[in-house]
Amino acid sequence: MARIDLDLAHAYKPNPQRDEDYALLPLKMSFADGGAYALLGPSGCGKTTMLNIISGLVTPSHGGVKFDGKDVTTLTPQQRNIAQVFQFPVIYDTMTVAENLAFPLRNRGVPPERIKQRVGAIAEMLEMSRQLDMRAAGLAADAKQKISLGRGLVREDVSAVLFDEPLTVIDPHLKWQLRRKLKQIHHELKLTLVYVTHDQVEALTFADQVVVMTRGRAVQIGSASQLFERPQHTFVGHFIGSPGMNFLPVDVAPGAPAGATTLGVRPEYVTLAAPNTAGAVAVTVTQAQDIGTYWLVTATVAGSDAIVRARLSPDQPIPKAGEAAWFGVVGRHTCFYKNEELVA
Amino acid sequence: MELTLERIEHKVGAQTWLHPLDLTLVPRAVTVLLGATQAGKTTLMRVMAGLDTPTSGRVKADGHDVTGMPVRERNVAMVYQQFINYPSMTVADNIASPLKLRGEANITQRVLELAKKLHIEPFLKRLPAELSGGQQQRVALARALAKKAPLMLLDEPLVNLDYKLREELREELTQLFAAGDSTVVYATTEPTEALLLGGYTAVLDAGELLQYGPTAEVFRRPKSIRVARAFSDPPMNLVAGTAASLGVSLAAGVNLSVPLPALGAAAVSAALTIGVRASALRVHGRDGDVALPGTVELAEISGSDTFVHVDTAIGEVVVQLTGVHQFALASSITLYLNPSQVYVFDAAGDLLVAPSFGER
Repeated sequence: MARIDLDLAHAYKPNPQRDEDYALLPLKMSFADGGAYALLGPSGCGKTTMLNIISGLVTPSHGGVKFDGKDVTTLTPQQRNIAQVFQFPVIYDTMTVAENLAFPLRNRGVPPERIKQRVGAIAEMLEMSRQLDMRAAGLAADAKQKISLGRGLVREDVSAVLFDEPLTVIDPHLKWQLRRKLKQIHHELKLTLVYVTHDQVEALTFADQVVVMTRGRAVQIGSASQLFERPQHTFVGHFIGSPGMNFLPVDVAPGAPAGATTLGVRPEYVTLAAPNTAGAVAVTVTQAQDIGTYWLVTATVAGSDAIVRARLSPDQPIPKAGEAAWFGVVGRHTCFYKNEELVA
Repeated sequence: MELTLERIEHKVGAQTWLHPLDLTLVPRAVTVLLGATQAGKTTLMRVMAGLDTPTSGRVKADGHDVTGMPVRERNVAMVYQQFINYPSMTVADNIASPLKLRGEANITQRVLELAKKLHIEPFLKRLPAELSGGQQQRVALARALAKKAPLMLLDEPLVNLDYKLREELREELTQLFAAGDSTVVYATTEPTEALLLGGYTAVLDAGELLQYGPTAEVFRRPKSIRVARAFSDPPMNLVAGTAASLGVSLAAGVNLSVPLPALGAAAVSAALTIGVRASALRVHGRDGDVALPGTVELAEISGSDTFVHVDTAIGEVVVQLTGVHQFALASSITLYLNPSQVYVFDAAGDLLVAPSFGER
């Protein structure tokens, strides 16, 4: 296992001039030894480029990569001793499950006794012990992907295990189970894991630290709570949560810190308030959706076109579409932004 | 349009893809077809559209029998999972194609209106391949809307998009459906999507239509365990129990006082299943709650909710907490449940008791 330091930028075309020419803008960041990280962002944000630079599939156009302080910028994935799991199963159909799991170990000349032990342990973790002697060809797509995960995790001496959207082909019901498995495996093996995904559930559940990326930039690195409670950038507020954070011009309610231009409040923290309550704004409800266990109420702030969504508990009277109401938007969970960056 | 399916059954070879079902869609409203993959949603839609003729039964549109009438002779709009557009035509021509086919007037004007509604106005002169996935699906949606068909069928139209795009487009679609006159059928595997769309929901499982009604009502009063399973995300917690004099006894001496309806002579010690929605479990107790100590197996975080899997004396349960909460694996936790919040199903899996809502 290794600590990974990046101090680099990457452009796929020569002579990058403007920000848009870079797949990754200049960045400096570290992945701690034994940490579980996720790279989260929409397509085109640079997350896969970053993963490929860590693995050695892509050489950064500027700067370099260090593993435990040693420069590995020009080394191949094999020389870096990286294990990788991809979106689609990469296994040998003609081999049995056990042979597939043993393959990365056999390749490295691990003694047979030790191979047997490791294969047994990994199969146990993935609940595949009973399928060990089955040929991979006959298995369903998700079972094959489980083998891929197992192959990625079977070696103890790797610098890091990298995952590129590994649960894409897995049925939603099984995803629950595999997310838990991955989390448990990290807990037990303490591997350095880096996981790329566009899915917030996978990123927030799996990782201790989530790197949120947009347009070639890592805009925040933090725990799930930090990303939810204190988004450092409006993009994080928007991208994390369904629906994401509400953003309003600060002049809708008094009390904003000097310099702030935008107020951010999550739908979960918007409250129904009495008229003229401090920190509340007058709104007109445009839509009230009954989501079974809560209500999602969408409204426009009176005298503006700003939209606020509130997630309200059904144990209170819920305003209907067309009705006027007051929404509490300033509280201890409210964030303030200037130029998209958190200021208070 | 009022679409009625009468004793529709569909078999392919020896396999039954749809078991006999009756369904009358509420006209000019959205009906969600909810079910897991392979539940029969696409098969049912193909029968509705006229793409497939059912093995038996009748399809009626506004009272007229249209069984076996091919799709091209009907006025039906369809949108699929894959982004299907004419690759060699510009976005404008794609949207215009159904209008041209019918020789309509003011085509340029209509195309512009639709493009504005779906926020693809800047791309009218581009080819579909030059657009992102979300934009391509907007083009397909605009073309379907251009038909102004009385019946519009959408088969998991947002499944191939990132969740943020999905949120945005779902929001816009809900408004477009509400503003239009079409009878809309929308297939999805996601219970939350059904709730967000509102309207009416038909729950399908293994080729059977299990329940049809207003979406929130089906969610609150699932008539069977199968419906409850299909219409809950995370899955409803189901725990085996037996009828007792004062309610239901569960494993490990946990008793819930739930007023049961008269069960007849065999009532006492009858096998029951209780169902608890993840959102009905809490980590802070209130008066009248039953406490369930346990250990955390995993906390799943969705960005707006945390789903904590907890091993308790009554088995493994999932708890839904609003917001982001972090729990270490294997840490201790106590859950609280009010007995008034549980569902009770009989041995056959049919609903006996549903929680009362609005009193929480």
